Amino acid sequence: MSADKANSAATEDLKASEVETPSSKLVRFSADEALELDSGVRLGPWQIAYETYGELNADKTNAVVVCHALTGDQYAASTNPVTGKPGWWSLMVGPGRPIDTNHYFVICANVLGGCLGTTGPASLNQKTGAPYGLDLPVVTIRDMVRAQARLLDYLEIDTLFAVIGGSMGGMQVLQWAVSYPERVFAAVPIAAAARHTSQNIAFHEVGRQAIMADPDWRAGRYIQEGVRPTKGLAVARMAAHVTYMSDESLHQKFGRNLQDREHLTFGFDADFQIESYLRHQGMTFVDRFDANSYLYVTRAMDYFDLAQEFGGSLANAFKDTRTRFCVMSFTSDWLFPTSESRQVVKALNAAAANVSFVEIESDRGHDSFLLDVPEMFQTIGGFITGAARARGLPAPGEEVETRP
Amino acid sequence: MNLSPIKTGPGEIRGDHKVVASLVPQGARVLDIGSEDGALLDLLARERQVDGRGIELSQEGVNRCVARGLSVIQGDADTDLSDYPDRAFDVVILSQTLQATREPKRVMSELLRIGKEVIVSIPNFAHWRNRAQLLFRGSMPVTKYLPYEWYDTPNIHFCSLRDFVALCHELDAKVEKAVALSGKGNKIPVNAPWWVWNIVAEQAVFLLKR
Repeated sequence: MSADKANSAATEDLKASEVETPSSKLVRFSADEALELDSGVRLGPWQIAYETYGELNADKTNAVVVCHALTGDQYAASTNPVTGKPGWWSLMVGPGRPIDTNHYFVICANVLGGCLGTTGPASLNQKTGAPYGLDLPVVTIRDMVRAQARLLDYLEIDTLFAVIGGSMGGMQVLQWAVSYPERVFAAVPIAAAARHTSQNIAFHEVGRQAIMADPDWRAGRYIQEGVRPTKGLAVARMAAHVTYMSDESLHQKFGRNLQDREHLTFGFDADFQIESYLRHQGMTFVDRFDANSYLYVTRAMDYFDLAQEFGGSLANAFKDTRTRFCVMSFTSDWLFPTSESRQVVKALNAAAANVSFVEIESDRGHDSFLLDVPEMFQTIGGFITGAARARGLPAPGEEVETRP
Repeated sequence: MNLSPIKTGPGEIRGDHKVVASLVPQGARVLDIGSEDGALLDLLARERQVDGRGIELSQEGVNRCVARGLSVIQGDADTDLSDYPDRAFDVVILSQTLQATREPKRVMSELLRIGKEVIVSIPNFAHWRNRAQLLFRGSMPVTKYLPYEWYDTPNIHFCSLRDFVALCHELDAKVEKAVALSGKGNKIPVNAPWWVWNIVAEQAVFLLKR
């Protein structure tokens, strides 16, 4: 066995163990405590893996739920056990950060359908003794939020000071505000939309077809059969990754630069830096993500259409809401463009809701919400501080009495 | 967009803002159109405990408002007012912005639809200095408080106080109160008929109802 293969097998074992017994916190619900899904199926037993940062105050009024995006996880501000990398939102969440863990109790859960500890297609189906694979019912964004609400019930946290997230995380934020308006004081959907557009669905379908076209996908039963559809998943990631960046940022980063060579090779090697970069993105992704999870979570996003159950009226979805919203988009994001955020703002205005909206200047595309964009931090920090004042919480920068 | 020529030092409250604040009832639901950096909304929140919202055209302005904890959206008075339901606010405020809108009459009727009361402040194009420049120099007025040349001014629909009052009548809006101000935003303490104000006031604040 080559060192590379041994390494990859070790990562695979680590990933597999994270599915059932994650390094993070975990709550298991029995079959009696099943989760009612949008598909009509009762899912149980099921489990939800989560991380927390900071301390819950005595009144339980300082809880913040962070919702992660498609390939994110519960390790928002702590080291990811599979990759060993720092949390994906360490710039946003932590002591002295915009979501200041010296003041707020932050909860981030792995989504339903995910692969790092919350029930997903790689989890063991107790009825068959094998991983669910495609036997897991299709889950929705609302199901993900339901699962998080059950976690909060378990933690005996009634209301959230804030719910915040980008991209698919932002979809969950909007769903939170609509499903549990009385539980959400402030909501921050970033680079999100109230529905997945045809173009969004199209890109996801390309990714899913790449996975399912891989002979090692084995109709979703690859775990039992001891193989992995790494090629298909890598291609899915490569295609998706392009949609997270802007033309401008690709141009600036790579241009037409060649990769470790002086001339074109007149072949199909990675001549260009961008090709090499994408291949690398694809290959590292398969080490940390499950292919079937990718199918389920992209499907959940495709099914998302917040207005649907309100007769197509988004304003009705937010009727009588008392939640304070801060909607944010990025100028160069063409996957979840500003026009989608504006639709949300328009509906919130029609519902006479309390809403702020900012379009942040950034040339780094959809991924901007994960990057170091000072204007985003400043705006969110300001919004959170203002909301804390309205909620009667001591805001960052204000004196906090600490008891021994 | 900051169209107001009135500059203040840090912590200093603008005279026209003081006048506007005095017209807003305690605890009202307020929409401030053209929030600039949020100074007026901030003042209203502090001194009148209003439930305030804002619309501001510039991203920079919006960011500054949101960062100071105000609920402000990036938007345009000409296009985005139609999103709001009828009588959604107790008070709708339009400061020093009407003359920069493309369709002032439509904007005005939207204000009167959204708000139970409307406060509008406008510069007075018929101020004697402007009249004098036009009359004696024969050129479009450029003054300390209207500092733009004709070709780069964002103010595309100027009116006099008299013109504005005529528009209010046309829209069935009742002028409940009018306060004439100097260029600096200080109240002009004269008890004079309209035609005098139309000459001596550099700007005015109106409280309207329909």
